[in-house]
Amino acid sequence: MATEFHHALVIGASSGIGEALARRLAAGGALVALVARREAELNRIATEINELCGEKRAFPFVHDVLDREAVPALFEEVPRTLGGLDLVVYASGVMHPVGFEEYDTGKDIHALEVNLLGAMAWLNPAAQRFNRLGGGTIVGIGSVAGDRGRSGNPAYNTAKGALGIYLEALRNRIHRRGARVVTIKPGFVETPMTHGMKGLFWLITADRAAEIILQKARRGTGTAYVPARWRLVSWVIRAIPSWLFRRLKV
Amino acid sequence: MTPSVVPPSAPSVVLSAEGDAAERDATARDSTASGVEDSESEDSQAGANTPAQKSTLTVAGTKKLFSPERLEWVPGWGQAVGAAGYVFRPSTLEALQGVVDLAEEKDVPLTLRGAGCSYGDAAFGPEGVVVDLSRLKRILSWDPDTGVLEAEPGVTIRDIWRYTLGDGWWPAVVPGTMFPTLGGCLAMNVHGKNNWARGTVGDHCLDLDLMLPSGSVQTLSRQQSPELFHAAIGSFGQLGLMTRIRWQLKKVNSGLVEVEAVPAKNLVEMLTLLDEAKDRYEYCVGWIDAFKGGRGLGRGQLHFARYLQEGEDSDPQQTLRLEAQDLPETFLGIVPKSILWRLMKPTLNRLGMRLTNAAKYASAATLDRGSIYRQSLAGYQFLLDYVPGWKKAYLPGGLIQFQSFVPREAAEGVFRGQLELCRLRRMPSFLAVLKRHRADPFLLTHAVDGFSLALDFPVTSRNRPRLWALVREMAELAVAAGGRFYPAKDAAIPSDLYRQSFAGGELERFAEIKDRLDPHCRLTSALTQRLLPDGFLEKATS
Repeated sequence: MATEFHHALVIGASSGIGEALARRLAAGGALVALVARREAELNRIATEINELCGEKRAFPFVHDVLDREAVPALFEEVPRTLGGLDLVVYASGVMHPVGFEEYDTGKDIHALEVNLLGAMAWLNPAAQRFNRLGGGTIVGIGSVAGDRGRSGNPAYNTAKGALGIYLEALRNRIHRRGARVVTIKPGFVETPMTHGMKGLFWLITADRAAEIILQKARRGTGTAYVPARWRLVSWVIRAIPSWLFRRLKV
Repeated sequence: MTPSVVPPSAPSVVLSAEGDAAERDATARDSTASGVEDSESEDSQAGANTPAQKSTLTVAGTKKLFSPERLEWVPGWGQAVGAAGYVFRPSTLEALQGVVDLAEEKDVPLTLRGAGCSYGDAAFGPEGVVVDLSRLKRILSWDPDTGVLEAEPGVTIRDIWRYTLGDGWWPAVVPGTMFPTLGGCLAMNVHGKNNWARGTVGDHCLDLDLMLPSGSVQTLSRQQSPELFHAAIGSFGQLGLMTRIRWQLKKVNSGLVEVEAVPAKNLVEMLTLLDEAKDRYEYCVGWIDAFKGGRGLGRGQLHFARYLQEGEDSDPQQTLRLEAQDLPETFLGIVPKSILWRLMKPTLNRLGMRLTNAAKYASAATLDRGSIYRQSLAGYQFLLDYVPGWKKAYLPGGLIQFQSFVPREAAEGVFRGQLELCRLRRMPSFLAVLKRHRADPFLLTHAVDGFSLALDFPVTSRNRPRLWALVREMAELAVAAGGRFYPAKDAAIPSDLYRQSFAGGELERFAEIKDRLDPHCRLTSALTQRLLPDGFLEKATS
């Protein structure tokens, strides 16, 4: 049965897919809590949404996902502000360009913190709440890039790969009582993250990505590639044996 | 965020009808047992409780009003609506007082809940504190000579009749299920199949103690404070918490009633027969096949019943025994009732229900025609309990009921319009029930001198918006004819129509009383926020 969302929380809502999701959710009538680090951006987006909708539907919360200790209190506050919570999306993500000869542990840890640890900090209480209440949908934005370890972006691949595993585990943990966990693996999406990158193909807008993601979230799909043709790409890439993969420049 | 502290009074564990809920709460208690140590220091900051109260409070719960362990999904009975809430289940008046005082101190709104038998959103408040009174369930006194029962609000109708029937007393008014609490019944001022003959549950209340959000307690009765008495009963828990209730029961000579089943070919015949029978029988109720249109629109079957006179039951001692009242455990003698709802599920669609309704009518018009039989009081009264857990057959979407009360002369036109609308919108009601009502003196009463038609609808994610729109259309017909609605059943009536249904300024008077008793609107519910939104209760008086 397709679920309509009425109260949503989007972490990483100040740009890219998170922003597009927040805008779409609000336009569809949902009250949305927008969590992001950049206050000015966040407030601008919230104001725009509210003006567009003609009523207050966006509720901004300034928060840095590195500040994991602040999450439990903030997470408790959100449903009370919105009057409910049936969707949590973790869309925060960062991809640092890695130079050919660059081995920067600090950068790698940062990538793990934003892409993975922040997700755990937010989605753990979300899973606990939804499991307790016997309903609700969690969406994590993984990546096609998490399906294979590539020479070009080790930390990003690791973080997104681990996020995929974590989301799968979460799904298996809480599905019994009705809560759902959706792993989204987008291909190339036009966002600040991919801005200026070369060699992108099948590029879709963040809004189109958000549209597909919400479709999948409503259905409670387990893992969804966005758009779906990336499933085939991923299948091919995963099927390449390691000895061959290391010789390819993908 | 509101920092919140609960005094050690907060109740802990929870006996719940549902096993898993009890288990969950047991876990909640374990996990919070270690969390109480710092409550004392925070408490001393609070320092608002009187020493007398404090001494009786036991440390057992958590220290916050909004503690995650208390979070539960709190559904309406029909399961089509519900919300997460922080649930407290006090087992003593002192513990209850503790929660009320804390809410007062922290300025946190409360929603009152009994057994959760209201179909819609009367007994939950989204993300709010829910005070479940179902554990305050002591019978305080009982007089088998006068039939006066004094009880706490969480005592259920079932508890009551099982306690009093041995002395030959039966509740004068009961709803169609025995599981609601007495407090809940009075808060919603429910009625039964004898609304014409006996009025509502509130008509048999002698007096009650109302705990106000400020923590003070007032005794209300017809003599002592008639205005508040008639406002509090049927106020859907918005004026105070009923902590003690005195209720007058009815003497019966037998554990049986005599039932007569009469078919009716159409709506006019239904209404006419019902109206003619209302003074001759104690109980009158009609079932309608809502799938039938055209000339047979409104066809159905009426059940009239009367108490037995003295001497009619040759062995009343036997029929008054509880065993004689127990509903059968099997269907047709072999199918266990517990699985019956699963067997119902495949029929809960338009085709299945069309056939079921048609078959029921065919049987009513032939086999049952004019049949007169005796049935146990419980068997006749608690039709909704006949198939345990039947509402589960409506999952995952749940069900809603729309019941409108229309003055006698206008009833035919309005109900015809409503039944036709359902057919036109392709959402025929799966179960339709007709009753006869009388006006009563309660401020926000739903009852009028006329009829009511209750319509059950299945809810799905697809039909939901259309169904809500249909409810609006049907409600418009009722309001235009001077009709009223019933918060105990409602989940979908729009605020404007609900307000229009009180043409005599009742809501303004209610708002004025609310302002006196609960000036900070500390008592609230999803129903109140829906029907009387935008601070209506505050604005009306300012």
